[in-house]
Amino acid sequence: MAYGKKVMDHYENPRNVGVLDKDAPNVGTGMVGAPACGDVMRLQIQINDEGVIEEAKFKTYGCGSAIASSSLLTEWVKGKTLDEAAQIKNTEIVEELELPPVKIHCSVLAEDAIKAAINDLKSKAS
Amino acid sequence: MLTPTYMDYSSTTPVDQRVAKKMAKYLTMEGDFGNPASRSHFYGWQAEKAVDEARTQVADLVGADPREIVWTSGATESNNLAIKGIAHFYEKRGKHIITLKTEHKAVLDTCRQLEREGFEVTYLDPLPNGLLDMDVFKKTIREDTILASIMHVNNEIGVIQDLQAIGDICRENKVFFHVDAAQSVGKLEINLESLPVDLMSFSAHKIYGPKGMGALYVSRKPRVRLEAQMHGGGHERGMRSGTLATHQIVGIGEAFAIAKAEMKDEGVRVQKLRDRLLAGFSDMEEVVVNGDLDQRISGNLNISFNYVEGESLMMAISDVAVSSGSACTSSSLEPSYVLRALGLTDELAHSSIRFSVGRYTTEKDVDDAITLVREKVQKLRDLSPLWDMFKDGVDLSSVEWAAH
Repeated sequence: MAYGKKVMDHYENPRNVGVLDKDAPNVGTGMVGAPACGDVMRLQIQINDEGVIEEAKFKTYGCGSAIASSSLLTEWVKGKTLDEAAQIKNTEIVEELELPPVKIHCSVLAEDAIKAAINDLKSKAS
Repeated sequence: MLTPTYMDYSSTTPVDQRVAKKMAKYLTMEGDFGNPASRSHFYGWQAEKAVDEARTQVADLVGADPREIVWTSGATESNNLAIKGIAHFYEKRGKHIITLKTEHKAVLDTCRQLEREGFEVTYLDPLPNGLLDMDVFKKTIREDTILASIMHVNNEIGVIQDLQAIGDICRENKVFFHVDAAQSVGKLEINLESLPVDLMSFSAHKIYGPKGMGALYVSRKPRVRLEAQMHGGGHERGMRSGTLATHQIVGIGEAFAIAKAEMKDEGVRVQKLRDRLLAGFSDMEEVVVNGDLDQRISGNLNISFNYVEGESLMMAISDVAVSSGSACTSSSLEPSYVLRALGLTDELAHSSIRFSVGRYTTEKDVDDAITLVREKVQKLRDLSPLWDMFKDGVDLSSVEWAAH
């Protein structure tokens, strides 16, 4: 399967790979997918006192498109508020990375991951 | 452009130069282009002579009589002709067929078709090492079993089945025995004079011959009869009609003759390369060889790098052309059915890579592949949340995953 340039770029130079302290009160963690399905994403966000995402990290087990989708997402969410970040749709990822239909589930997973991370943060706050 | 190193010889092989050169002599006006079925003139006779010679070359490699060789378009057609041909000819005797879950799709899908026609098929689970469980096989044979189809060497994991033992059981129970030998012919000794096998499928392109060419061995003693699947001019003793493709036939003949002459030395050389490749990975953590390592064809290494997804690894090592059992390489999003039949967890199946080396692989190719794979596996593991969890001592099977 031939990949688009943008997928290859994110895949070869993934942005924001890493881990944040999942127990910190200002860090939200979202882990979605399953090893049996061939992809697992862990996305973490850290907010500042104004509620703006100041840091985002990911690690992904999966195909090139899954890695690229999560890498792209960490770039996009930085500087956004939680509400803004929650607005990101998987279709925007598909468009940006020019994912073929068979890889759309990778973008869905990325959207699920950011939503899960936001929920984790919100549950910590309440 | 630098082309990637080819390590996918189980998929297909390049045509040997010697084979290509000979094939080219059977195409043009200056060559022997005639129809081998033309009995009335020189052109036909020349072509017929070439076909006869090739038939002898193919028969010689496997210890058969040339009259037991039927030309086909490849192993897929051979498998179809053997299985459907037996089923349709002998259906009054019984309608039960036995095969293995790890067979090639050309066998499994043919069996599925026969099920739609009212036959009953038992798909046996292999042992975890990929081999047939003889006791289970014996117990599965019934009064109405007419055919067992078990491959010689598996295309994904390279394991070798014991044809003598399986064939003996078939003979005792008067069950026809078909063997898909696409992956083994020209690599392992096959002597059909003594082997209790009734039908055997061959392919040319897995052994440095042309694509689109194969053969089916149909035993004469004991006599096996088939119902034709392709009707027409009654070629190949009525079993497979269609004008013979002289250049393709010459190609399979020459490829098989070269294999007969060079098989022993080549086997030793290829196994050394495969073992060198395996040795290059053996000190890495969480690496699993899939399928039995001893009962295995010399060129195959199917290996899982746990916690790294196969397709992303293939992408990372794109300088080496290999195959993966990862779901992402198929359109179905299911990982390899062969690896799953061995009882592998889905994640190990997703993490598998098949390296297959062959005639033109060099030590340098192997060494370069080792360096590249080691580097990229490390990179992808650094990126893998599963690797983190493994390192933290988390049991992944105890985690509740949000499956999608």
